[in-house]
This record gives sequence, C-alpha cells and structure tokens, in this order.
Amino acid sequence: MSNILSWIIWLPVIGMLVISLIPRNNSKIIKQIAAITSGIQLLLATYLWQVFDSSIGEMQFMERVEWIPSFNITYILGVDGLSLPMVLLMALIGFIGIFVSWNIDKAVKGYFSLFLLLNTGVMGVFLALDFFLFYIFWEVMLLPMYFLIGMWGGPQREYAAIKFFLYTLAGSVLMLIAILALYFTCGNTFDMLVLMETAPVALNGMLWWGMSAIKVIWVLLFIGFAIKVPVFPFHTWLPLAHVEAPTAISVILAGVLLKLGVYGILRINYTMLPDGVFWFAGALALLGLINVIWGAMCALAQKDLKKLVAYSSVNHMGYTLLGMSAVIAASGMNGSNLISAQAGVGGAVFQMFNHGTISAMLFILVGVIYDRAHHRDIEGFGGLASQMPVYTAFVAIAFFAGLGLPGFSGFVSEAMIFIGAFPVFRTIVIISTLGILLNAAYFLWAFQRMFFGPANEKYNDLPEINSRELFTVIPLAVITLFLGVYPRPFLDLVSSTLNLLIESVVTIGGYAGNL
Amino acid sequence: MITGNFYTDASLVILFLPLLGFVINILFGKKLPRQGDWISISAILTTLVLALILFAIMLKNWDYKFSHEVIMPWIDMGAFKIELGFWVDNITIVMLLVVALISSMTHIFSLEYMKGDIRYNRYYAYLGLFTFSMNGIVLANNLMSLYIFWELVGVSSYLLIGHWFEKNSAADASKKAFLTNRVGDIGFFIGIMLMFTAIGSFNFQDVFAGVSDGEIKGNLLTLAGLGLFMGAVGKSSQFPLHIWLPDAMEGPTPVSALMHAATMVAAGVYLTVRLFPIFTPDALVTIAYVGGFTAIFAATIAITQNDIKKVLAYSTVSQLGYMILAVGVGNYTAAFFHLLTHAMFKACLFYGSGSVIHAMHHSLHNLHDHDTDPQDMRNMGGFHKKMPITSTTMTLATLAIAGVPLFSGFLSKDAILAGTLYFVDQNPQHMILAFFGFGAAAITAFYMFRLIFLTFHGEPKMPKVFEGIHESPSLMTAPLVILAALSTYIFYTLPINLIPWKDYGWFTKLIKAKDSVVAGTPSAKEIYDGVHYMHDLALVLSLTVASIGIGLSFLMYYRSTISSKSWAKRFGTFYRLSLNKYYFDEIYNRVFYQPFLKFCNIVAIIDWDLYDKYFINGFGHVTKLLSKVTGQVDYDGLDQTLVDGVGRSAGGLGKGLKNIQTGRLQNYMLFALIGVIIILIVQYSVIL
Amino acid sequence: MDNLSNYVLISAILFSLGLFGVITRRNGVAVLMGVELILNSANVNFLAFARFGGMNMSGHVYALFVIVLAAAEAAVALAIIINIFNNFRTINVDDVSELKQ
Repeated sequence: MSNILSWIIWLPVIGMLVISLIPRNNSKIIKQIAAITSGIQLLLATYLWQVFDSSIGEMQFMERVEWIPSFNITYILGVDGLSLPMVLLMALIGFIGIFVSWNIDKAVKGYFSLFLLLNTGVMGVFLALDFFLFYIFWEVMLLPMYFLIGMWGGPQREYAAIKFFLYTLAGSVLMLIAILALYFTCGNTFDMLVLMETAPVALNGMLWWGMSAIKVIWVLLFIGFAIKVPVFPFHTWLPLAHVEAPTAISVILAGVLLKLGVYGILRINYTMLPDGVFWFAGALALLGLINVIWGAMCALAQKDLKKLVAYSSVNHMGYTLLGMSAVIAASGMNGSNLISAQAGVGGAVFQMFNHGTISAMLFILVGVIYDRAHHRDIEGFGGLASQMPVYTAFVAIAFFAGLGLPGFSGFVSEAMIFIGAFPVFRTIVIISTLGILLNAAYFLWAFQRMFFGPANEKYNDLPEINSRELFTVIPLAVITLFLGVYPRPFLDLVSSTLNLLIESVVTIGGYAGNL
Repeated sequence: MITGNFYTDASLVILFLPLLGFVINILFGKKLPRQGDWISISAILTTLVLALILFAIMLKNWDYKFSHEVIMPWIDMGAFKIELGFWVDNITIVMLLVVALISSMTHIFSLEYMKGDIRYNRYYAYLGLFTFSMNGIVLANNLMSLYIFWELVGVSSYLLIGHWFEKNSAADASKKAFLTNRVGDIGFFIGIMLMFTAIGSFNFQDVFAGVSDGEIKGNLLTLAGLGLFMGAVGKSSQFPLHIWLPDAMEGPTPVSALMHAATMVAAGVYLTVRLFPIFTPDALVTIAYVGGFTAIFAATIAITQNDIKKVLAYSTVSQLGYMILAVGVGNYTAAFFHLLTHAMFKACLFYGSGSVIHAMHHSLHNLHDHDTDPQDMRNMGGFHKKMPITSTTMTLATLAIAGVPLFSGFLSKDAILAGTLYFVDQNPQHMILAFFGFGAAAITAFYMFRLIFLTFHGEPKMPKVFEGIHESPSLMTAPLVILAALSTYIFYTLPINLIPWKDYGWFTKLIKAKDSVVAGTPSAKEIYDGVHYMHDLALVLSLTVASIGIGLSFLMYYRSTISSKSWAKRFGTFYRLSLNKYYFDEIYNRVFYQPFLKFCNIVAIIDWDLYDKYFINGFGHVTKLLSKVTGQVDYDGLDQTLVDGVGRSAGGLGKGLKNIQTGRLQNYMLFALIGVIIILIVQYSVIL
Repeated sequence: MDNLSNYVLISAILFSLGLFGVITRRNGVAVLMGVELILNSANVNFLAFARFGGMNMSGHVYALFVIVLAAAEAAVALAIIINIFNNFRTINVDDVSELKQ
C-alpha cells in the first residue's frame, strides 16, 4: 500500500458516493455503509500506525503528484509523529461518531454523506503537505460542518451554523492571505517542506509597511488558526456551535476540529516562522492562561451541561497553548532547557490527543442524558446516581479525566505542560495552576448537582445507558485510562518528530534573534 | 518475582492487591456472593500478613540505615524523562504496616457496620482503591508519583465521604474535601515544579543531593518547601484549610477511622517527614506555627462540640497540628512516632464512636425515632453498663490521647513537647509555640474525657433509647480491643525497654532522624541531644497539664461540681465562637465562594451576553449595517440614478427626437442635406 | 467650354434642382421627377468623368446601368403611386404618413 494516505483521505468520499446510490429510505443500509467505511478507515489508520517508524522524525509515506504545474501546486501527502496521532484520533472519533449518530432519522442520507465528507476534509488537513491542498481541505471541512449544524442541530441551529461558518471563514481568509504572501515571497511554491526551508531565509529582515513580514504573516496565520482552537477572544462561536450541534457533530468538533488550529500553528507557524515563535511565545502563554482561567470561570457559571463541557474545551485547549509556548526554553539547546521544551511541546501534543478522547467522551455522555431527559439543565437533575448507576460511573470517569486526575491521560499532559512552561513563564504558570482547582470545581459541582442528593422522582424510569452508547464510550475511556497509566506508547510515537521540531525552531529561529 | 528483591516484590504485592480487589469489586461485585466483600478482605489480610513479614524482617535486621529503591522509566522523550519508583526503608515499612493494619480493621469492622448497605460492594471497592493509593504515597520515591497517589487518595476520599450521596450534606462534604485538598495541591504542584526546574529530577534522593549541592537555595528553596508543605496543609487539614475534615465525618464511620483519622490525613505529615531535609529554617518556622496554631485552635473548637464524631474530628485536626509542629521544630521522628501511635488510638476512638452510633441507630430504629441525632452526645450517657467493651477500649484510647503514662500517646506527645521546648529554648522569640503545645495538651485531655463522661457515664439522657442500647457484635469489638491494646506503650518500647516514661525501643532505634541538607540548620544529633535534655522538663509539664485537663473534665462532667453551663455563660463569646467553629465556613463562604461564584457569573455574562452578543455579533451587525448602506448606495445611487439614468436620459432624448420623426421623407432628405452641408463645411474648414 | 468643371457644374445644378424638387414637392409624381433629375445629374457626372477622368468605358457602362435602373425605378414607383392613389385617393405624400405615430 504505497498510497495509504490517499486511501485514508478519499475512502470516506468513496463511501459517500456509494451512499448517494442508495435510495433515501434505506436508512439502515446507509448507516451500515457509513460505519463500514469509517471502520475500514480506522483499520487503515491503525495499520499506518503499525508500519510507521516512530524513530524517524521526518515525513513518511510521502505521496507526490503534479496537479497544477503552472502554479506549482502539487498533491503532496505525508505523515509524521505530529500528524499520525491526529489521524488516529480522527479515524477513531469518526468511527465512533457514526454510532453516536445512529439515532438520526432526519434526512439520513444527507447526514451521513456530509459526515463522511467532513471526515475527508479533516484527514486531508492533517495529511496535506501542499499549502494549496491544505487550504482546500480546510475549506472542504467547513462546508459539511455548516450543513450538519444548520440542518440537524438544535433550536438555534441556523444562527449557530452561520456564525460558525462566517467566523471560521474570516479566519480562513486571513490564512489565505498569509499563504499567498508566503507563496510570492518564498519562491512561488506551495510545497510546505520547501517553504520550511526557504521561508525563514526569505522573510528574514523583510519589511512590509514598516512591519516585519514575519510578524505580519505570523499574526495572520495565528488568527486563522486561533479561531479554530479557539483562543480567547475568538472563542465564543464554540459554546454556541456545541450547544446547537447534534451530539456526534459536537464530538467531532471538540474531539478533532479544535485540534486543527493547534496542529496548524505547530505545523506551519512553528516551522516556517520560527523567529515569530520567539516573538509571540509570551503572548501565546498569556493567551493560554486566559483560556484556562476564563474558560474555567465561564464553565463554573453554566447551567447548561453541554455549554459547561464546551467551556471546558476552551479551558483545556488553553493548556495546549501554554505548553507550546515552552518551546523557546530550548534556545541554545542545552540540557535542562531542552527538558522543559520537550515537556511543554510534548505535553501540548499529548493534551491535544487527550482532550480529543476526553471531550468526545463528555459530549457523548451529554448526548446520552439529553436523548433521555430532553433537556440539559444541570439544576433540573439531581440524584441520578441512584437511578442510572452505570451512566453515573461513566460520567464520573469522564469528569475525573477532565479535571486532570492522575491515572487519566489528562493529568500526564497537564503536568508535562506545567513542568515545561514553568521555567520560561513562571508567573503565568503559577496563576494557571489555579486551573487545577477550578477544573475540579466546575466538574464536581456539576456532578453533585446532577447525580447526588435526593433522587428526582421525575426521572425514576429513565432507561440506563444502552449497549450502543457504551460501545461508543468504552474505547475512549480505556484509551484515556491506559495512556494515563502508561503514556509511553503515545509519547514515543511523537517524540522524534517533536524533538526535530524543537530543534528546527530554536536553531533556525536564532537567526534574526530579535525582530 | 518481578524485581527479584523480596522488599520490593512484597511492596508491589501490598500495593497492587487492594487495587485488584477494587477492580474486581467495582466490575463484578454486585454479582458475587456476599457482594464480594471476601475478595477485599482476603486482599487486605494478605497485605497485612506481608506487611507484618516485612516488619519482622526489619526487626530482625535491626538496621536503621536500611533502604532499597526500584526505579522504572515512565516517560522518556529524550531529554525529558520521568522515572517512577519505590523506596523502601524503615519508615516505609512501618507506614505500610499501619495502613495495612488499620485498613484490615476497617474492612472487618465494616462487615457489621455496613451490613445491608445499598452500595455495599462499591464501599469495599473504594476501600481497596484507597488502600492502594495510600500505599502508593507510602512507597513513592519521587515527588511525581507522590503527587499522583496523593490525588488518588483524594478521589477515594471523595468517593467514600460521598458514599451516602443521597444526603445533600454528604455530597457537599465530599466536594468540599476534594476542592479544599486541591487548594493545597496547587501549592504542592508549584513546589514540585520549582524543585524540578532547579534540580531536574523528581527523585527524593536527587532532590536531597541537589539541595545540598546548592542547586536551589535561599528564598526559592523556602518557597519550594512551603509549596510542598501546602499540600500537607490541605491533606492533613491544617489551618487555614482545616474546614473539610470535620465535614468529612459525613462518610461512614469506619471510613472516618481509616482515612480521616489514621492514614490519609497523616499523609501530609508523612510528606513533611519524608521531605524534612529540604526545609529551610524559615520554612520550618512557618510549619511550626501552622502546626502549633492548628493544634490549639482545633482543640478549642473540640471543647464545645456535641456531635461525638465532630469532637473526634477536631481532635484529629489538633493532633495532626501536633505532628506538624514537631516537624517544624525539627523533631520529625517524633512527628512520625506520634503519627504511628495516633493512628492506633484515634482509629480505636473512631471505631468506638462507630460502635456507639451503631447501637444508637439500632435503638432509635426500633423505637421508630428518626428525628433524634444518633451522634449527639447529649442524647447519650451511662452507656458504660450496656457497652462495656466499647467503653473500656475507648477509655484506654482516651488515656493514650490525653498523654497519660503507660500509654503510647504519652511517649510520642512527650517527644513532641520536648522537641518544642528545645526549639523554644534555642529560639526564645518563638516562645508561643510552647504555649500552643502544652495548651493543646491540656485542652485535649479535657475534651476527650468530656466525651467519655458524657457518653459512657452519668445518667442516661434518653432512658427509652438507653433501653435499646446493646454492645456491638464481636466483629466490631475485635478491632477495638486490638487497637486499644496497641495504644499501650509496650508495643513501642519493646524489646529494649519496659519503663513507661522512657521512649527507647525499636522505634527510636530503627527510625533515626536524617540531617537536614540545608545549610544553617541544626544537625539531627544536636536536635536529638537537645530533645533528650528537655525530656524531663517536658515530662513534668505535660503530666501537669494533662492532669489539669482530666481533673477539670472530671469535676465538670462526672461529678458536676462545676457547672459547664455557667462556665459557658461566663465565657459566652468564646463559647459561641467555639461552638460555631469560629465561623470559618461562613467567612469562607462570604469572602471566597459566594463572591467568586458571582464573579464567575459576571464573567460568563460578559462572555456570552455582552462580548459575544455585542462585540462578536457586533461585527455581524456592523457588516449588516454596512451592507445595508452599500446596498442603498448601490441601488439608489448607482443603479437607480446612474444606470437607469442612462436609460432615462436615452428615453428623454428619444422623446425629444421623436418630434423630428415627421414621417415626411422630404424632411429626412432635408436633414440629410443639412448633414451633408455640415460635413462639407467641417471638411472644408479642416482642409483650409 | 469643353472642360470638366462645366459638366460638373451642370450636374450639380441638376442635382440641386432634383433635390429641391424631392424636398419641396408634395405631389408624389413631382417627387419622382426630382429623383429622375438627381439620377440624370449622376449620369452627367459619370459621362463627364468618362470623358475627362480615368474612367474610360466604365463610365458609359454605369450611365447605361443608371438609365436602366431609373426606368425600372420609375415603373415601380409609379406603380406604388397608382396604388397609393387607389388606396388614399390622393398622391400627396404628406397625407399618407402612416408610419408616423
């Protein structure tokens, strides 16, 4: 399988074409085809993981096909230690998402077609190594999302969908400008691997309207990605989109789509504009801090469970930013500083993955109770623990994982982030450790209000979580627990690539030094 | 087996067996016969046997320098590595034994106490989880795994306090316990980060070596030490984070005995004992003040409490303060000694109170009385006749906690007070620490005997209830008897010494203080000699204050020659303050929780209703407005005026020109002629 | 006398008279006569340029064409006028301005 990456990307489209041939009332077959397609994709991704050589930090399984030669646009794919975990995550969450949406009964054909198209878009973003291709996949992903929220969402779905779409599109436009700027300044190429070599040299010292070109491009790209992360103050589309989106879409949105932003910053900003990293790291850490605290405080005040979980995403993604900022510790590449850079960046990537599994779990569980009680008002429950003990146990696992309890993977990544960022941004990290408390506060408070206390008579005959739902939650819980106890498999997978990334940032970023 | 070394293999089994019990019970407990309690009990009894074997080997080896370490890589990213591992030395072995013993007692006691509970299997499962995490803390050889198990202990405490979560008070208490602990953990983690940043390792031995090499020193080291100490403040319920422990009594009483008296809360003390060598003098003074103040502060609250478990809870806070005080004054082996003896007699007291509550509960149940509080001592009295074993064992444990000779508490408390006296002698400006210590000792003796007298002696306050009181079954009294026996001095001074006021014994011989690695601190030998020098004075003083406390209690609550009511009136303000725990919960509520929650609400409103609705959507509105304006300009200005204007003017022109269209050919010809003439003229003039 | 300008002058006078007739007369037949005058002025021109300019025989040929066409035109136009007279009972061209709204 020499073009396994293409298979992974385009398989959902094949599934989508097959679905389009099926009459619209055969909803069961449509669902089965979607599940089989995602299943095969998951198997392919797992196979890729097995044959992937984690000791190599560079791109592997590269594919390169001429596409539009007159503009130097090429179809380039490749996978490394940074994208592989994300591919695995998307394959897993995509597969689980099909089963989460098993109960969809409105326009099933359209839903699953769009769902698979979304899968292709996300996979494409993670695997594309040509900037033009990257941008196309970025937009491909946006479109199905718009329809999935706008047609299958909650009461305010049109508003949420249009807001999500416009907000993200605004970011994409800035990104497009930055892409074109890089294209024209760095030798008319969209090839990311080439740009990584040429951009730092070509942009060095270049001024645009009296501003450093590196800074301008960095900020344009950053805003484009920050909207996706979402970084404060670009975060308000997220709670709305989450609250209105159907469960499976929230799961994909929180589980994978938010990672695209961080992935983009690491893949593009960090490699092509290493000088900008040094310039922006402080702001990155500060934004991370604000995300952590602001997200937690907003979560604490929520009455809607799904909104609480959405704000918890804002909070958790803040840790990622904080960890990423630690990369500048390694300048000079001497021993102890390299430790914190590795801990920080490794923690950030690990946190991305962990947030993927944990928040997916949280949203699935929110969906489970919403399907039964038809509301998500935290105050409206109470005493569910005695009525739905198994469900309670899984919510407890998800909540404890979310609040960073040791034994769950979230703890390892958060600890790594703190340890990594601490030597560089001491005050910021000390303030952000408040997150340790606030995370626990909002999760436990919500847990108490929903599950503890006298049982609410109204919910005496709520059915317990069923086996389909358990099937969607258990794999995520197992992964979270396993990586919490033994994080080696993940960290070994990413460490060579990240070490290479850190090295390139600090060695190339040394050039201009001070912008 | 795995590591090829008996100590570590045995420790690993001790560590993981309860976890296995937890996993089996939580997954399949409901379906197993007897809800799987036998799994947990056999697991814990096996660990007890192994711990006893380790203890016996320790006694046989008689080597105070013994230690054994296993290190395993956990994370390795190249430069960034975390290694976890185990450290087994005499302190570890003693702690393992304490945990295994008290945990076994709790398991056995609960067989009766928790009989018929709706979540019986989960209760046993959580006990297993707790035992696992506690053993993890004990065995940890590095800050990271210490922190990991620290949190796991916190969560098992959360689960067990909230065991009866249908009660709102239990749910509140469990959350409060977890969150208050987390406040301490913030400091703990900051301390860890400071240490790791400076030294690059979590391992205790590396940390000690790093500190002694001066890789971290001065204020930073003090700060790191205080950060780590903050973890202990949270877990050991020291002032100002003491608020959670009394509320934690909402959990089942055996749990209170195991976690909130003997082991989990002692983890904080254990942490300071383990990390003693890195504390700077400044940090130690702070620790001493926190501990000393907590000791006397909690004792003054315990005086007025009427709930039998609340008295014991505040007594625990106070005793933990003692231990922390001992660490602060440098006599940390005394702290560990007190931890050990306190675990025995306090667990005994809690089981005793559990036995009383159990009896009350059954009696009230038979009377169909659901309003009377079975834990209120004002509803008890004279129980000695009905429950002789409980009464006797509790009295023995009370004698131990009061510091009466022949009992274990006397030895350990004396060591702490001697250490405090020596410290005060060296640093007279900290004189007040001695008052804290001895004052707390007097008050402790007073309120503990108050508890005994109110519960077991005097006239029954509720005769009807009294009728139904019975001694608890033997599964509950057996742990009481065992622990009461372990509260006597003899188990701690064997095999060297039988004199009840000398503390030489296996403990003092096998648990020796290490020198601090911080420059400018007194060496272990100096402290040891100083403590020895102060020993006699401390002995006399502590005996005096203990007898004052006991005597006063005797007169007030047994003989009633002094009226407690009139005293309460005389010290009215103080009485109210003490009864209401100095209003700490209320103050925290008013000063921290409520304002913070309000602030969060404001933040959420700003985020959602202001920022998003007006600013972010503002972009949308502005865009809409702009598009409206441009739309207007486009339609009215461009399209209607300009584009259509062209059409309209063409129309107008046409209308005007229509008049020329006479239909007369001759006219057209004339125009053509005129045109030709004009062309000719123009051309002609151009040519010219 | 025998030079180009005299012929061209006569041609111009004929043309002007013809044009004057076409523009001013109301009678359809008179208009037609004006047209004939214009055509003949053109014939004079053709012949004059055939004689004095470089047109040689082609001038004569065109003149013959014009005479033939004029005859055909007169036939057609007179037929139209007769038809107009049959329809409108007049040959005054102003009274048959049907195209004008």
